[in-house]
Formats: sequence, structure tokens, C-alpha cells
Amino acid sequence: MIPDLGKYAADVLSAYAVALLLLVGLVVLSVRQAAKARAALAQVEQQDKT
Amino acid sequence: MSLWEYANPVKFMALSGRVLPFAAILTAALLATGLIWGFFFTSDDFKQGSTVKIIFIHVPAAMMAINVWIMMLVASLIWLVRRHHVSALAARAAAPIGVTMTLIALFTGAIWGKPMWGTYWAWDPRLTSFMILFVFYLGYLALWQAVEDDDTAADLTSILCMVGSVFALLSRYAVNLWNQGLHQGATLTATERSPIDASYYYPLLISIAGFVLLFFTLVLLRTRMHIRLRRAKALLARSNA
Repeated sequence: MIPDLGKYAADVLSAYAVALLLLVGLVVLSVRQAAKARAALAQVEQQDKT
Repeated sequence: MSLWEYANPVKFMALSGRVLPFAAILTAALLATGLIWGFFFTSDDFKQGSTVKIIFIHVPAAMMAINVWIMMLVASLIWLVRRHHVSALAARAAAPIGVTMTLIALFTGAIWGKPMWGTYWAWDPRLTSFMILFVFYLGYLALWQAVEDDDTAADLTSILCMVGSVFALLSRYAVNLWNQGLHQGATLTATERSPIDASYYYPLLISIAGFVLLFFTLVLLRTRMHIRLRRAKALLARSNA
């Protein structure tokens, strides 16, 4: 499945692995922080109404 | 209708909420297409071998690292001149994305540099200015965290952003200005025909489009987050008063 990367296989694979790890980490962190902010605001608005 | 209408948080939240799902789907589609095409379906370069595949992540990340800072500069200037809170929060929202892009560019560049230049790092004008830009990103994020008053933080980070713009521009034009060092000049320009073979050029363009849209999607998501946090803080302050 993975193409034959020859003698540079470790270089290419590590470049992709680190880049994808950082990108996925950024997306997951952003989504989680956004969900927390949404929940926090909903809670404060609820308290504000009562 | 004016663009400034969307400086109103309510209007911004309504529009961005509608746009976000479509932007996220398009981002995933473009990134998957560009990276899968680039990694699996391009041949090795006669000189660089399989390391040429690193171009599909290194070039888009490096472009975004510089352009995100420029976007932050524009948003910061709008904040300083017109005092639109959404603008300041958009600049703040962009910084973690920019720092990630800079880190990816530095790391993939180092990995690419070792087999091609014989070294992971050199104090070359472009590499050095990129490293300084990375430090500016970290300083920008730290400053937002360090200052308690949001408007003061926005003022101070805007000024830091203007200073850092020198290094963002140097990162882009260092090769032309100094004409020395290991890093090559820009291969992709808006005005000239690209010397890159079509088999690499098209997946690279798609990958760049994917990175741009990823930035756009994450900036919307993170700006919405900061607007919500700001509103929650204001409501809490009101109820405690």
C-alpha cells in the first residue's frame, strides 16, 4: 500500500507523521476548546436567566 | 450591505455558523485529495528521490506560516483603528494555527534538508527569519495569556504583531534580499509559469488550497470560541456586580 520510498523512507514518513500529528492535534484541540466554550456560555446564560 | 456589518458579533456568529460545516467538509476533501495524490501517486524526482513528496506538506505549511501572520496584522490594524472586538479575537484565534504551521514548516524543512543539504539546520537568512517568526508567535500567544484586561491585551498584541511582521516579510523575501544561504528562492509565483512538473504541480496546488481552507475553518471555529468566552465573562462580571 505504501509506495516504495527507497533510502529516504524514514525521512519522508517521519515528515508526514509529524505534520499529520500536529494538524490532527490542532483540530482536536480546537474542537474540544470550542465545545467547552459553548458549554460554559450555555451554563452562564442559564444562571443569568434564573 | 457592508463588510463591517460582520464586525457585529451576533451577525458574525450567525454567518460563521452557517458557513462552518461546508468549509469543514471542503477542507477535509481538499486535504485528503492533495496529500493522498502527492504521497501515493507521484513518482520520485531524479535528483531528490522520494523526498520530493515532502513538498506537499512543507510548502503549504510555510506559505501559511507567513500568511497567517499577515492576516493577524490586518486584523490587528482593524482593531487598533476601528476597535472591532471580532477583529482582535480573530487575530488571537489565528495565532495557534500559525504557530503549528511554522512548526510543521521548520520540522519538515529540517528533515528535507538533511538528505539534500547534508544538514538539518543552517543559519541561512530564510531559516533564521523563520525561526524568529516562530518565537514571535510564541511571544504573541504568551502576551494574550499574560494580560488580564482583554482590550489592553489586544492593544499590546497588535503592536507586537506589527513588529513581528518585519520577520514574516523577511521569511518571504530573505532569499531575494541576501542572495545567499542554502534555501532556494520561491518556486511558485503569481506572475511566472511554474518550473515544477505538472505531476507535482497539481497535487501541490490542491494541498495548498486544503491548507488555506483548514486555516479558514479553524479561524472561524476559534473566533466563535473566543466570542463565546468573552460573552460568558461579561455575563459573569454583570451578575457579580
